[in-house]
Amino acid sequence: MTLPWWSAALAAGILLAIMAGPLGSFVVWRRMAFFGDTLAHGALLGVTLGVLTDIDPLLALVLGCVVLALLLLPLQRSSRVSSDTLLGIVSHSTLALGMVALSLAEGIRVDMMGYLFGDLLAVGQRDVLWMALAALVVCALLAWQWRGLVAVTVSAELAAMDGYPAQRLNVLLVVLLALVVALAMKVVGILLVSALLIIPAATARSLASTPVQMALGAIVIGVFAVIAGLLASFYWDTPAGPGVVVAAASVFVVSLLRRPVAS
Amino acid sequence: MLDDRLPLNVSDFLALSRQAKRQDLQHWLQRLGIEQLQRQSVHRLSGGEWQRVLLARALLNQPQLLVLDEPVQGVDVQGQMELYELIPTLRDELGCAVLMVSHDLHLVMAATDEVVCLNGHVCCSGHPDQVSIDPAYLSLFGRQPTMAPYTHHHDHAHCLDGHVEPVQVNGGQS
Repeated sequence: MTLPWWSAALAAGILLAIMAGPLGSFVVWRRMAFFGDTLAHGALLGVTLGVLTDIDPLLALVLGCVVLALLLLPLQRSSRVSSDTLLGIVSHSTLALGMVALSLAEGIRVDMMGYLFGDLLAVGQRDVLWMALAALVVCALLAWQWRGLVAVTVSAELAAMDGYPAQRLNVLLVVLLALVVALAMKVVGILLVSALLIIPAATARSLASTPVQMALGAIVIGVFAVIAGLLASFYWDTPAGPGVVVAAASVFVVSLLRRPVAS
Repeated sequence: MLDDRLPLNVSDFLALSRQAKRQDLQHWLQRLGIEQLQRQSVHRLSGGEWQRVLLARALLNQPQLLVLDEPVQGVDVQGQMELYELIPTLRDELGCAVLMVSHDLHLVMAATDEVVCLNGHVCCSGHPDQVSIDPAYLSLFGRQPTMAPYTHHHDHAHCLDGHVEPVQVNGGQS
C-alpha cells in the first residue's frame, strides 16, 4: 500500500504543530519572539555551511541553529548593546552572510524561495521520520522538566530560591527551541518560522487559565492551522507554508473577539 | 507582580515550589488566611494578598532563615499591622530566624529583637531600646515630624474575604 502524496506534508505539519505549541507558549511567556526569529534567519548560515562542507542539509540546519542559540544566550546577558539590538544585528548579518557565502560557492544552485517560504509539499518520508523522533524527544523533555521550566519562566529569582537549576533549564529550553526552529524551516520557511511558534500560543492565551491548558490549546490551534493551510493549498493551489500562517492568524483574529478568561 | 502573558492561579503558582506537597500547600494557605484565593489568577491579587502568597511560597521550603525584604510594600495600613503580627507567630511555629529589611521605623522598633541601622554604613546596632537612644540614630531620625497628620478612628475592620468585623473603639487607638 502506498500513502497518498500529501500524507508526508500533513504528518510533518502536525508533528511540527505538536512541538511548536508548548515551545511557542514559552516564547510568548518569556518575550522571546525576536530570539526565535533570529535563530531562523541564522539558520541560512547553517544551510550554507552544510552545502559548502557537504554535510547532510537537515543536520547542518539543526547544528547551525543550536550553536547560534548557545552563542546568543551568554551574549544577551553580558552585552554592551541591548538585547533586541544584538538580536537585530545577528539576525540580519547571519542571513546576509549566508546568502553571500552561497553565491560564492560555485556550481551550486540552492532553492532560495524554498528556504525563505518553506516547501511543505516537498517534505519526504525521511524528513517525517526525523520530525517524529524530534517530536518525541522534545515532548518527553518538556514533560519531564515542565514544572522547573514554568517556575523559571514565572520568576527566575523564586525558582533559584526553590533550588531549580535555572541556568541548565534555560539552556534546555533554548536548545529545544533551536531544534524546532530548524525543523520548522522546512515547513514554513525562514520568514514565517516565528509565526508558527507565536500565533497559536498567543491565540491560546485568551482561552486558557493554566500554563498546561495554554500549551495544549496552542497545539490544537497549530494542528488546525496546518490542516486548513494544506486544504487551501489542495483546493485553491495556494502556497502551503504561508497558507498555514494565514489560517493561524485568522484564528487569532477571531480569538480577539473573546474576552480573556479570568481564572 | 507577574506579567499576565502566563495564565496562573495562586494554587498553581505555589505548586511550582520544588518541595511543594499538597497537604503543606493547604496548611500554609489556611495558616496565612488565603485559602479563598486558591483559584484566583495571580495577576488579580492586591498588594497584601500577593505578599501573603509570596510568604506562603517561601514557607513551603521550611526555611531556617526567613529573609523578608520590605514585606509590607504595597499593603494598606490595616494589612501591614496584620502581617507584622503574623510574622512573629510564624517564626515561633517554624523555629526559624527572621531577617527583615524595612524602612518602617515604628513597627521595626516595636517588634524586633535586634536592629541594625544602615545609612550607607552601619551606624548603630543592638536592642531597639538602645538603638532608639543612640546619638547616630537620633541624628538620622530624631527630628519630630512637623506635620500634624489626621487620625481616623476606625470602628470596623474587613476580613480578607471582605466581610465586616466590628472593632472596639477605645481612646485614640484606631
